[in-house]
Amino acid sequence: MMPLLTTRGLSRNFGGLRAVDNVDFALMPGEIRAVIGPNGAGKTTFVSLVSGRIPPSSGMIVFDGADITGLPAYRRVRLGVAYTFQITSVFANLSAYDNVALPVQRTLTDGRSKGAVKAGVMAALERTGLADRAHMPAGQLSYGHQRLLEVAMGLALKPRLLILDEPTQGLADSEIDNFIELVREIAKSATVLLIEHNMPVVMQLADRITVFNAGRILAEGTPEQVRENRQVQDAYLGAGHD
Amino acid sequence: MTEASPAKAYSLHLGVIALLFALSFVLPDYHHGLIARIMVLAVFAMGYNLLFGYVGLLSLGHAMFFAAGLYGAGLSVYHLGWSVPAAFLAGIACGALLALVIGVLALRTSGVAFMIVTMMFAQVFSLLMLYFAVWTGGDQGLVVQQAARVLTLGGTTLDLTNPTVRYMSALALFSIVLLATLAVVRSRYGRVLVAVRENEERTKMLGYDTFSNKLAAVVVSGTICAASGAAYALLFGYVGSSFASVQYSILPLLWVLLGGAATALGPLIGTLFMYYVTDITSGFTSAYLLIVGVALILLVLFFPKGIMGSIRQRWLGWLP
Repeated sequence: MMPLLTTRGLSRNFGGLRAVDNVDFALMPGEIRAVIGPNGAGKTTFVSLVSGRIPPSSGMIVFDGADITGLPAYRRVRLGVAYTFQITSVFANLSAYDNVALPVQRTLTDGRSKGAVKAGVMAALERTGLADRAHMPAGQLSYGHQRLLEVAMGLALKPRLLILDEPTQGLADSEIDNFIELVREIAKSATVLLIEHNMPVVMQLADRITVFNAGRILAEGTPEQVRENRQVQDAYLGAGHD
Repeated sequence: MTEASPAKAYSLHLGVIALLFALSFVLPDYHHGLIARIMVLAVFAMGYNLLFGYVGLLSLGHAMFFAAGLYGAGLSVYHLGWSVPAAFLAGIACGALLALVIGVLALRTSGVAFMIVTMMFAQVFSLLMLYFAVWTGGDQGLVVQQAARVLTLGGTTLDLTNPTVRYMSALALFSIVLLATLAVVRSRYGRVLVAVRENEERTKMLGYDTFSNKLAAVVVSGTICAASGAAYALLFGYVGSSFASVQYSILPLLWVLLGGAATALGPLIGTLFMYYVTDITSGFTSAYLLIVGVALILLVLFFPKGIMGSIRQRWLGWLP
């Protein structure tokens, strides 16, 4: 089977710092892949390169067989690469409805179908459990709900690859359980690339785990393999995390 | 901007148009002329508001778009003897083309740099109008003769220097632009413009080509401002370089801020307010600018979002 996403020799320098260093990465369609690693390991930089938010210093990104290295971010989104932000960045002054309407209306080719926007928006809000808050300004939603809204916006893009950057950060335990269910649901129709610090979430969700350290891939494998890996324990799990 | 209460919003705006129509029959001559002028300039402010209020791009060079319409229409009547409709369209076309070129160049910048770049282009435009004094009349400007300002529609002839014809022409332009901008900002495209204002980076990550959307907004905004300028030349018959000066780039910003940025009626209210405060106070004292200044400070203190913006925030949430 052909990978959905491949990177070859992908690097990004910030001045003298090599934040992402010669990364070869492959992601199969339909999998849930978690990316873990200590702070500053280059995880967010890596997914920013994939989503096109920052250009790489060198290397190549292939999505579904096509070279997308030179494409601007919005073109990649249209190909099906959706990115949800680490720091919640919903449109605070717009209603939850309008936040989701933006991605929904863009995926509709028929410009006249007002009903289709509404149906699409409400479907995405219902999947994330926000339907009854549709007309609240997004800035007035609780933090957990804003994170869910962020996911609803990602879902509304009908992505083939959904990149979730620390989605459970700041969520309460009860909210995390619902969130795990939601990601499983999403994974039925999309490939998920998940950056996550919360190890129980990673262990429950991920089919495979990629461990970053100092801009490079340190290890890759199933949750069990990664758990048993000594290097990983030294670099990451042993460093005060559980 | 939500999908709620479109009926309310449209009836309010149709009501304002009806009120302005009715005023034509009761206003004394002086105010009749002033309101006609205010309606034309409110179109200028509405064009500015589209870019500043909704997209969040602060231009300090919109005088060039107004002046492009003014000169485009005025010069084609004056030198080429074109008819009024042809000249009006020529003015609009000049503004649209200029906005496209300026937009492509200036949108490479953002924030303060965008303000400075637009201001510099407007200065270049203004100096060019003075430089080509042979055609533009330089700082004297040109007066478009009454005979040239006649509109022939089918069999009827309308003299644009007639106060009632002038008022109704201004009202027609104002109404079209008011309803058109209202439709634009309530549309899906309007939602994207607001999203660009709120968070451009995020909008890109939803798959929007924000550069193209901003460019389209600059062109629409510039075209509306040019329509205002073209109407000004044809209705009031004066084409002068002062309209291309930096003052006329600041004025629409002031009108929009006073009336309420990103509100549909704000530009009209702001223009009306500024004109009448100046008009009334200058009747009492030669130091009227002092009173205007105090009025502006009070307004900023108590209506920080502009008159319509604060009304929307405090009382009428459905106001577009």
